[in-house]
Amino acid sequence: MANFKEISPNASTGEKFMNWVDNRFPATKLWEEHLSKYYAPKNFNFWYFFGSLSLLVLVLQIVTGIFLTMHYKADASTAFASVEYIMRDVPWGWLIRYMHSTGASAFFVVVYLHMFRGLIYGSYRQPRELVWIFGCTIFLCLMAEAFMGYLLPWGQMSYWGAQVIVNLFSAVPVIGPDLALLIRGDYVVGDATLNRFFSFHVIAVPLVLVGLVAAHIIALHEVGSNNPDGVEIKAKKDAQGIPLDGIPFHPYYSVHDIMGVGVFLMIFAGIIFFAPELGGYFLEANNFIPADPLKTPLHIAPVWYFTPYYSMLRAITGEMVNVLILIVLASGALTITKANFSGFLKAVVALATLGLAVMMYSVDAKFWGVVVMGGAVVILFFLPWLDHCSVKSIRYKPDWHWYIYAIFVVVFFVLGYLGTQPPSHMGERISQVGTLFYFGFFLLMPWWSKMGQTKPVPERVIFHAH
Amino acid sequence: MSDNTVDSSKRTWLIATSCVGAVGVAATAVPFASSIEPSERAKAAGASVEVDISAVKPGEKITIEWRGKPVWIIRRTPEQIAALSSVEDELADPKSERKPSELTPEYARNQGRSIKPDLFVAVGICTHLGCSPSDKFAPGAQPSLPNDWPGGFLCPCHGSTFDMAGRVFKNKPAPDNLEIPPHMYLSDNKLIIGEDKKA
Repeated sequence: MANFKEISPNASTGEKFMNWVDNRFPATKLWEEHLSKYYAPKNFNFWYFFGSLSLLVLVLQIVTGIFLTMHYKADASTAFASVEYIMRDVPWGWLIRYMHSTGASAFFVVVYLHMFRGLIYGSYRQPRELVWIFGCTIFLCLMAEAFMGYLLPWGQMSYWGAQVIVNLFSAVPVIGPDLALLIRGDYVVGDATLNRFFSFHVIAVPLVLVGLVAAHIIALHEVGSNNPDGVEIKAKKDAQGIPLDGIPFHPYYSVHDIMGVGVFLMIFAGIIFFAPELGGYFLEANNFIPADPLKTPLHIAPVWYFTPYYSMLRAITGEMVNVLILIVLASGALTITKANFSGFLKAVVALATLGLAVMMYSVDAKFWGVVVMGGAVVILFFLPWLDHCSVKSIRYKPDWHWYIYAIFVVVFFVLGYLGTQPPSHMGERISQVGTLFYFGFFLLMPWWSKMGQTKPVPERVIFHAH
Repeated sequence: MSDNTVDSSKRTWLIATSCVGAVGVAATAVPFASSIEPSERAKAAGASVEVDISAVKPGEKITIEWRGKPVWIIRRTPEQIAALSSVEDELADPKSERKPSELTPEYARNQGRSIKPDLFVAVGICTHLGCSPSDKFAPGAQPSLPNDWPGGFLCPCHGSTFDMAGRVFKNKPAPDNLEIPPHMYLSDNKLIIGEDKKA
């Protein structure tokens, strides 16, 4: 514990007050560690707006959510009508609801861009593995939050979307059906499901989310921010121990981020006022029809932010599982012939490969679809250990790596687009190729990331004053 | 006693107390975990439903609700019945041999998966992820369907297709045929869903 600090009797009232507080709570210490003396690299670019924007959207969602909860009824017989009541009769209710529904999509926009920034500049590399893992967990929570929130208006898309996703869990062998029953709380998606999703959406998941955001920021401020050059600014410090390429977050980046907030809010307000449904991408037309357990809408698709994973789920047909079995067997055989480890270990690999192949053959394609869909998110957690490139940032990786990242982005968009479309033969083939590329990108990264000639990384960050 | 030695009897009690505490926490978790299981009310809601089918004309379908799920009753036309035998090569399980105890009651283990050849009763929930397939009774080429489509059902969610007896086509996401609920005829025009003769 710090010693009790005396202050000169001539000090101003403000200083005396802060001294009184600081002797009892580390207010100034926290302010300095996280803002006024948190040194961030001075070469941040456009991509660095999205971290603070995610925080802004989180606050927006919590505040609008609190006000929506005051009018919403979590009951299968009144939920739909209560949302319409908010839209029509509650003063400014429509605005608060559109802020919340647009906020959900905005959240995914800024978070996807934030993650992409991490991907290209290697922000997940040592020592930032935990920053990345906390971030991926936040992303998972966000998906749960969005999915459960989407059930609450109790429209057709809410109902059938929940039906499909909950049934994903029932595809798990042995425990699946009981697990789905436990999630629904009934034999069908019904009032019990709505009530528990409401509970998770408004309290359980947000609590975890806020805790994870705190962990994400604490971990980041412990190791310091990465930057577009992937240079560790802490390696070069001045006499006071301040990184030469660092500037205090406040006021430099707090002011800088306010500009980002301004631009973001212009776009956000534009959507809320002029296109709150964004052509069916943010709010789907079928969700303006009350839930009908007897009739699935003719075309159902998840909201845009889930469609890439949904495409991968649809891509796993019986044929595709056979292709995957071949890939598993081939990679097992390759490991055994190429790797130089003991005969015993090789036998283990051979057995594991065969076991996996037999399992894949004997369990339904449906389950493997679920595994692929979940795996597409889970694989992100392992990124810090998949990237073996000697440099962090895309700027100094071999030029052709740039194309791999570009194709990855295109594949992600194509998968996302196909997920919004009705099933078709052509779409199925394309999404199968896309799924293979998506997983190849990550699983083969330990090899391809090492290939090619990297460029020399500068000692200090590249920065042009303006 | 010096600062460095471990008081082993104190440590034993600390470990024992922690273990008892852990058991207590685990025991307290049981009621919370149980509270999210289906309630007694949800378990009780499974009554059978009686339906009058006199108004269902050949080629028509009615949907009724049983245990919160859609149950279809379809009176197949002679052409639709004839189409059942022509598609068998393209089906994943034409003889309804998979999971028969869950999906196909004994009296429906035939080509039409029904008690009467024309009247088809099935739970309208896709065995893939629980969407309700839509009617595609008209044969021929249509969007999302093959050009030699014999007539049947298409699941809008993931594109699984079923014939007019709810039998799933090969190489589709749905692993199994549609479920046939327990049902029996009380008279020519009265059908009961949720009960059958063995009960």
